[in-house]
Order: sequence, then C-alpha cells, then structure tokens
Amino acid sequence: MKLAARETIDSFVKVVFRTTGLLVIVILGGIFVMLMWNTIAFFAHIKPLDFITGTQWNPAGSHASYGIMPLMVSTGIVTLGSMMIAIPLGIGTAAFMSEYANSRLRNILKPMVEMLAAIPSVAIGFLGIVIVGPEIAKLTHQANGLNALNGAILLAIMALPTIITVTEDALQALPATYREASYSVGANRWQTLRKVIIPAAAPGIIAAVMLGVGRAIGETMTVLMATGNASAFPKGFFHSVRTITATIAIEMGEVPYQTTHYYALFAIAAVLFLITLLVNLAGEYFVNRYRKYQAA
Amino acid sequence: MMKKLSPVIEWFTLLFCTGTVLLFLIAILWDLVVRGWPSLSWQFITALPSEGMTKGGILPAITGTVILTLLTAVLAVPLGISCAIYLNEYAKDNWVTRLIRASIRNLSGVPSIIYGLFGLALFVQGMHMGTSMLAAGFTLGLLSLPYIISTTEEALRRIPASTREAALGVGATQFESIRDVVLPSALPGILTGVVLTLSRAAGETAPILFTGVAFYINGSSGYLNQEFMALPYHLYMLSTQHQAIEQVRPLAYGTALVLVMVVFLLNLTAFYIRYKYRNNE
Repeated sequence: MKLAARETIDSFVKVVFRTTGLLVIVILGGIFVMLMWNTIAFFAHIKPLDFITGTQWNPAGSHASYGIMPLMVSTGIVTLGSMMIAIPLGIGTAAFMSEYANSRLRNILKPMVEMLAAIPSVAIGFLGIVIVGPEIAKLTHQANGLNALNGAILLAIMALPTIITVTEDALQALPATYREASYSVGANRWQTLRKVIIPAAAPGIIAAVMLGVGRAIGETMTVLMATGNASAFPKGFFHSVRTITATIAIEMGEVPYQTTHYYALFAIAAVLFLITLLVNLAGEYFVNRYRKYQAA
Repeated sequence: MMKKLSPVIEWFTLLFCTGTVLLFLIAILWDLVVRGWPSLSWQFITALPSEGMTKGGILPAITGTVILTLLTAVLAVPLGISCAIYLNEYAKDNWVTRLIRASIRNLSGVPSIIYGLFGLALFVQGMHMGTSMLAAGFTLGLLSLPYIISTTEEALRRIPASTREAALGVGATQFESIRDVVLPSALPGILTGVVLTLSRAAGETAPILFTGVAFYINGSSGYLNQEFMALPYHLYMLSTQHQAIEQVRPLAYGTALVLVMVVFLLNLTAFYIRYKYRNNE
C-alpha cells in the first residue's frame, strides 16, 4: 500500500477512536438528561416540596401521593444496617489478609473474596428468601423474615468484597518503612496496625467504605426480594421496607407510559442517581487524597 | 497475664472477621449445591418449561441468557476497546480526557436499575425497538462499557513504550503499530477483562426488567426483536411471583445453581487466561 493511503487510514482511525472516547461522555450526559427531563415533567404535576417532604408514597390511590421520604428512609435504614455489618467485618478481614496472613494463605483468600463478588445479586436475594428470612422469622417470632434486617445482611454480603479489596489495597500500598519504624520503637503487630497502619491508610479505607455504600444504595434485586416491600412508612430493622430501587423495579413494569406515576419513577431515580454520584465522588476524593499522601 | 493474652484475643478478632466472610461464601455455595443438585438433570437443562412452570426444564432461559450475553459483547467490546485505545494511545492530558475518565468512573457507579430506565427510554421507546432481546442486550452493553474500558486500558498500559517505538521505528503508522503489535500483546489481558465483565452482565437482572425479559414465552428465546427468557429473571419470578411458590422451590434452586455455575465458569475461564498469560511472560 502507498504511504499516502496508509496515512489516510491512520488519521481516519484516529477520528474513530476519538469518537468512541467522546461517546462515553454522551452516555453519562444522556442518562443525566433523560432523568432530568422526566423529573421536570413530573414537577409540572407535583410540587417539588411535596415530593421531597411527603411522608406517603401511594401513586395508585384515588388521592395519589408522591412523597419520597418513606423510600429514602427505607434505603437509609437498609444501607446503614448493611454497613454496620460490613465495615467491621471488611476492615478486619482486610487487616488479617494484609498484616497477619502469609502469602500462601492470602493467595487462597483473595480468590474466595472474588468468588463472593461474582455471585449474582438475584442468587443472593433468593437465599435471603429461603435461608435468612426463615431464620429471622424464627428468632423474632414473626410471620416472615422479609424485613430491613434481612436486606441489610444480604447487602453486607454484597458490599463486603468491594470493602475488603479496596481496604487491602490501601493497607498493602503503605511503605514498609511505616511498619519497620513502629516495630523498632517496640510496638507489637496489633499496636502497629491500630496506631500506625490504619490511621495512615484511613483515606483509602474511607474510600472503600464509600464504594461499599454506593453499591448498597444502588442494589436492586436483593432488596426487592428480601425486604418485603411494604409501602407503609418504615419503622425499623424488624419491619418491612421498600427502597427507592425496589419501588422502581416493582412499579415501572405496570405503569402506563407518560403518566404522572411514570414520571414520578424517573424522579426518584434521579434522586438515587444524585445520591450515588455524591457518594462515589466522595470516595474518589478520598482515593486521590490517599494517592497524594503516598507520593509525598 | 493480660499482656500475654491480648495478642491472642486480637488475632482471634481478625480471624473471626475473616472466618465470617468465608462462612458467608461457603454457606451460599453449600446451600445452592446441596439443594440445587437434585433438581439438575439432562432434562432440566434441555427441556422447555411445562405445566405452568411447575415441571420441565429451563432451556429457553439458558439460551436467552447466552444470546443476551453475546449481544452485550457485540455492543460493548468493540466500543470499549476502541475507547480504551483512544485513552491510552492517543489522548493528551487535557480537560476533555479528564472529562472522559471522570465519566467512565461515574458510569461504573450508576445503579443498574437506572441503566434499565435509560434502556427503556432510549432503546425501547426512543429507537422503537420495543421490549426485545436487542433492547435488553444494548442496555447491558452500556452497563458493561465502563468495565471493559478500564480493564482494557489497564492491559494496554502494561505494554512497554519500547514495543510501540520499535514498530514506529521500522516505519509503521501509529494505527499499524496498535493493530499489529500493541493489541496482540495486550490480547490476553483484554480477554480476561471482557470475560469477567460478561460474567457480571450474565447475572444482571435489574437492567433487563423493563427492556425485554419475560417470564414465559412460547418456544425458545432467540429472536432479536422479541421478548426472551433469562436465567436471573427466571429465578426471581420462580422465587417471588409464582402462584405455587413452595411447589416450584426445587426448580428455583436448580435455576440458581445453573446461573451460579454459568457465572463461575466464565470467571474460571478468565482466571485461566490470566494464569496462562502470566506463565508465558
């Protein structure tokens, strides 16, 4: 082939590659615009203040009400519960893998954590129905165990691999000199871990928690299957809740196109999108802080 | 006394955390295998469902998931690799590049149900695809895109600059250097990322809920313009929506086991590629 032809191909292909790069921005922008467009259509019917402060979500009633509060509180309860389980377990496991386990044990543990991450959310939700639910029902003497606690346990399992992996990376990334300095002044392994390693890796650990929170808030199938989805205002861990994601999943399939209810589901999705965006940005901020810290 | 005991207690605390996490994994796999295995049979994976889903097999759900995953790959793999090539080989460090990278990171954090809504608005309604295999596959393709881009970029980054310089030095254009030298050496790494991403897509349920999946279709899934059955959705319906839930529990367990086996098989393939590649280095 002539050089001129090859150079034409070269510059043409470069344009193709660049276009696909820009396409990513278009997709994120598209998602944002789609959510906002439908949310604005929703606010043409319902006052934003009623939406944000309303304590009842009942789109099907004769006096339809679209208050996002019960959904937000539900998502909040389940996420909080999952983090109360996953944060100590995740950090403890990561500390064990990074500071106590030898390399052979670590090479066994790492793939096992990856296996846990690979299990589809719908399979975890199924086990929430057949194992976790009946156990909770037995312990609390309730008719069924489909409640916020069940969802929190399952979400903890789903968030654990993320928290463990990112925390372990943060611990491993610390220079060996930190540990050596601590040992040389007479600290033992536990003191080193608590007073030196964990504080030094704190930004990375916070980033790990943020990513875990982001996963838990956005997870749909496990909470849809395990939390019972009662539409009443959530009362606590032992009551049924209905998260933002579960509400979208349940109602989107049945709602007629371009009704207030249809727009309402995009509006709660927009709220969900903004929350996860903020959580992920916060996580990213801490990852970057921790990188700077490493470089210094 | 306390001084001697405390390291042991501390060690046990961390061991307890690790043990609990492992227990979760073992309990999940144990329960699925022990209670799912009796449902598995040749007939279960090769027959159509019968008698209102209370008997028969899950063949249409298996073929549906396989075709859906291939469709996901058709959209996400070329776009993802191309975007990664742009970022790693061409892009200068300017605000556009930083915006692309920020978009990729944020896309990978967007909840899967929002991809489902986007697929509904864009493919099902906007492009008039209707609820179909095509719309669902494209939706999963968008969801998979950020993961394929980041894993591909990582594979490309591992190729040393001297490899590219050697190709350019003997007169190749930049595209020829990428096509004939860079991509072939990064291929195992790219493939690992692609297979891992597809294993995740195969297990996704939320994005296909409104874009084309159905609990029951007549015959087998396979037409791109029609609704289809898929393993994850089949499991969801069998375990929550069926009118004879206790009666179909064994079928639900069987479906769950097949789904987890499909996902693990894809994961093992990815680990195998990674392992072989490391040994060749």
